Amino acid sequence: MELSDSVVRHLRAVVDLPDLSGTRYELEGEIGRGGLGVVYAAVDRQLGRRVAIKVLDGEEEARVIAGLEHPAIVPVYDAGVLPDGRAYYAMKLVSGEGLDRYLRAQPQAGRQGAPAAAARSTGAAAPSIHPAGEVSLSERLRLLQRVGEAVAFAHTRGVLHRDLKPQNVMVGSFGEVYVMDWGVEGVAGTPQFRAPEQAAAGAALDQRADVYALGALLQFLLPAGAPHPLRAIAAKAMAADPGGRYTDVPALLLDLQRFQDGLAVAACPDTWWQQTRRFAVRNQVLLLLLAAFVVVKFFLFFLRWL
Amino acid sequence: MNKIVTGIVFGALLGFLDGATAWFTPDVRSMMQSILVGSSIKGLLVGLLSGWFARKVNSMKWGIVFASTLGLLFAFGVALMQKDHYLEIMLPGFVTGAIIGFLTQRAGAPSKQTV
Repeated sequence: MELSDSVVRHLRAVVDLPDLSGTRYELEGEIGRGGLGVVYAAVDRQLGRRVAIKVLDGEEEARVIAGLEHPAIVPVYDAGVLPDGRAYYAMKLVSGEGLDRYLRAQPQAGRQGAPAAAARSTGAAAPSIHPAGEVSLSERLRLLQRVGEAVAFAHTRGVLHRDLKPQNVMVGSFGEVYVMDWGVEGVAGTPQFRAPEQAAAGAALDQRADVYALGALLQFLLPAGAPHPLRAIAAKAMAADPGGRYTDVPALLLDLQRFQDGLAVAACPDTWWQQTRRFAVRNQVLLLLLAAFVVVKFFLFFLRWL
Repeated sequence: MNKIVTGIVFGALLGFLDGATAWFTPDVRSMMQSILVGSSIKGLLVGLLSGWFARKVNSMKWGIVFASTLGLLFAFGVALMQKDHYLEIMLPGFVTGAIIGFLTQRAGAPSKQTV
């Protein structure tokens, strides 16, 4: 008896499903695959709420995430070992879409560094949460800042992400941002977002590897025609030599904030003309008033001679 | 430095500078000393009141309007005492007041609010 391809696919899927018997969870179905594990939707029978279950080969990722309590890091509810020996952890089920899908509603011609990646969702098929074509530059920068804050917080706890990429950033229904798939030792990262030093097996990494990934993420977020200072910030963060990058994530975020405040950024210092122009723009009211004072004085001076 | 002190400092300084430009009017050069003192005091008073206003009202537009009106009124008072040079005194006084109003709104620490 020969089985059809669809039947074989279904059987394979069923075999891969985790056995949650003995846990408090009831499996609903697979909702995504990450680099280190598969994510399923489930129902917590005790609390009557939906959760996301991630099945892994080891418990390290669960311990890493459970130790990070931050608004942009998915909270871990529970962890354990399945009857088949695989580790799992239960976390908040985020209703939203990956950053790459979130931006895909507004295709940008000539966007640099946009990897072709499969969409990933962690909930039921969620519709795009924004009208097409309305992801503004300020919104893109806000998203990056939320990601940066989560990563900076993790660094203060001695945790590196190691695999930052658009697919590992979820944008929720209310615009909240979650950083997912925190990497463990030995994760190679994703080439387009991976620091050069990360490619070497057993390389000693520090927070500048995540700075590189953040710079790549910024480059991914920037639309065509983005201001030069932003591209300079991304380029500085993505310097091949770790010594040439921002020393840490807060330094990168500070430069982004300086750009948004209309100040000069460390990534591309202003020329004297740009400094003068920036001063004039920020103080145009004062300069107009001073000019008015001078004009009045000159007017009165010449009036006396008429 | 709070807004009142900011207003006093900038007001006195700008008042002094405003008075100093009177040197370009030969008729009044003999009275430079009294002009400088009077103009500085006028600016100081405008700055004091503008600083007080800036503590109460956080609005660049109204700060400038308030201070320029004060500057105009004080300048009118000075011109009335002189009974001469109305335009030469009031017009710069008006603009100086506007500058003081801008500076008190922009600079200086706002008043602390208690809950």
